[in-house]
Amino acid sequence: MIVHSIFFYFFSIIAIFSSLMVITSRSTINSVFFLILDFISVGCLFIMVGAEFLGMILLIVYVGAVAVLFLFVVMMLNVAEQKQSWFIGKKSTHIPTGLIVSVLILLELLVVVGGWKYKEDVMSSSTLVLSNISNTHQLGLVMYTDYILYFQLAGIVLLLAMIGAILLTFRERKGVKKQSYVNQISRGPSTAVELIEVKSNQGVKIDD
Amino acid sequence: MIEYLQILGLEIYKILFLLIPILISVAMIVWLDRRVWGLVQKRRGPNVVGPFGLFQTLADALKYIFKEIIIPASANKVVFILAPIVTMTLALVAWAVIPMSEDLVLSDINVGVLYLFAVSSLGVYGIIMGGWASNSKYPFLGAIRSAAQMVSYEVSIGIIIINVLLCVGSLNLKDIVIAQEELWYVIPLFPMFVIFFISALAETNRPPFDLPEAEAELVAGYQTEYSGMMYAMFWLGEYANILLMCAMGSILFLGGWLPILDIYPLNLIPAPVWMMLKILFLFLLFALIKAIVPRYRYDQLMRLGWKVFLPFSLVYLVLTASFLFYFDKLPKVNF
Repeated sequence: MIVHSIFFYFFSIIAIFSSLMVITSRSTINSVFFLILDFISVGCLFIMVGAEFLGMILLIVYVGAVAVLFLFVVMMLNVAEQKQSWFIGKKSTHIPTGLIVSVLILLELLVVVGGWKYKEDVMSSSTLVLSNISNTHQLGLVMYTDYILYFQLAGIVLLLAMIGAILLTFRERKGVKKQSYVNQISRGPSTAVELIEVKSNQGVKIDD
Repeated sequence: MIEYLQILGLEIYKILFLLIPILISVAMIVWLDRRVWGLVQKRRGPNVVGPFGLFQTLADALKYIFKEIIIPASANKVVFILAPIVTMTLALVAWAVIPMSEDLVLSDINVGVLYLFAVSSLGVYGIIMGGWASNSKYPFLGAIRSAAQMVSYEVSIGIIIINVLLCVGSLNLKDIVIAQEELWYVIPLFPMFVIFFISALAETNRPPFDLPEAEAELVAGYQTEYSGMMYAMFWLGEYANILLMCAMGSILFLGGWLPILDIYPLNLIPAPVWMMLKILFLFLLFALIKAIVPRYRYDQLMRLGWKVFLPFSLVYLVLTASFLFYFDKLPKVNF
């Protein structure tokens, strides 16, 4: 048990420290790196409480895909280093919005955790108590039976979000040269090479 | 506490027992790669140091160790040093779940496939960090290319893994191998095996998809500014990743440690040897392809990943699921 708590404190201290560093570090790239560290340590915490499937999915989706895109965007946009941290220096317009969001999240957490603490049947699901099957099977049993509608709806919402994002950023550019794969692949020696008798002092016209 | 320390000591012993053979085999496989490459091009390849040139990689490693590590003045030092370490660590960490035989595995976890997938998708960080921290054009371009490439091909690898999981009904790597006792999945899922193999080439930045380090355009891609031991670590990590992908392919499709046929002379060969033979077979394919196939253009690479592999593997997933459902062959879960 001691070992368990040592590991718990190890990972949770890293998680808290890195999430603090995400918002205080001056360079945006470092923020993203700390965000990744945060995700990884939270994933480890998930694994420690036995939610191995969730932990791995967190690693795959957030660290393997989302954070890569974050990093990608931050590097491409070349965001300049913030000369001043948000907490020190001149007044920032981010603070009121940030405060509202964080207060809302705190309230939500209080409702969820409080409800779970004082009224146990709020959170308990009758299907989640089978103990001798693996985590993944348990999740699947709940998600694809009782909550199949919500699961599918969530998928459709995500799909819509994806299509919307593509539509918003799509712009048709004119005058861009495009490769035609059919033409490239179907090109063979008979069509690509042409023997021409070149007359003296006249030359040939290449490339239509 | 003392009991715990004893367990820890035993585990460290086991980890060393796994890591040292992997590092040695990485060295051997680099030699094999260069040798095959040479033979395809009618050269001899490395054949001077040691018997058949087997110690060539060790000599190279020794050379790298004694070379100076140069850190560019404008580089972000911490990230620059961290990048090869991340690559190397991730490449080695994944081996913890690879089963070499029924009981020869470091940690037999329930979500082994997901773990492998997660670790291989983290591999992109080493490259991005290296490319960005170098603070130079070519490494950065290489890193950006590689990030896009690896994220794209991960998607199709994920769907291929789902295909296999549908047939097995478990995320445990041992269960996946045991489920192939009657029929290796390379036969019913042959198109998926081909796509997995090509995606693995792209995922490990091997030719014909080695655009992140295309020497004609980007000098050496993300490795341009690296020298000495740090370059060697990138290099070792890359080959360890290739070996890992081969091991993943042999577990998912080629029946892991199982013999080709369960008949008398074949099942005398110990299980780990079969596993190694399969990894070696896949690696030979990797090496041959490096020598034979010309490099892809970048837009062709993206098209192949998103417009060919992704729809095809999705359709094949639906087909597999329908087949299993129609013939009532879906794996049963015992509660």
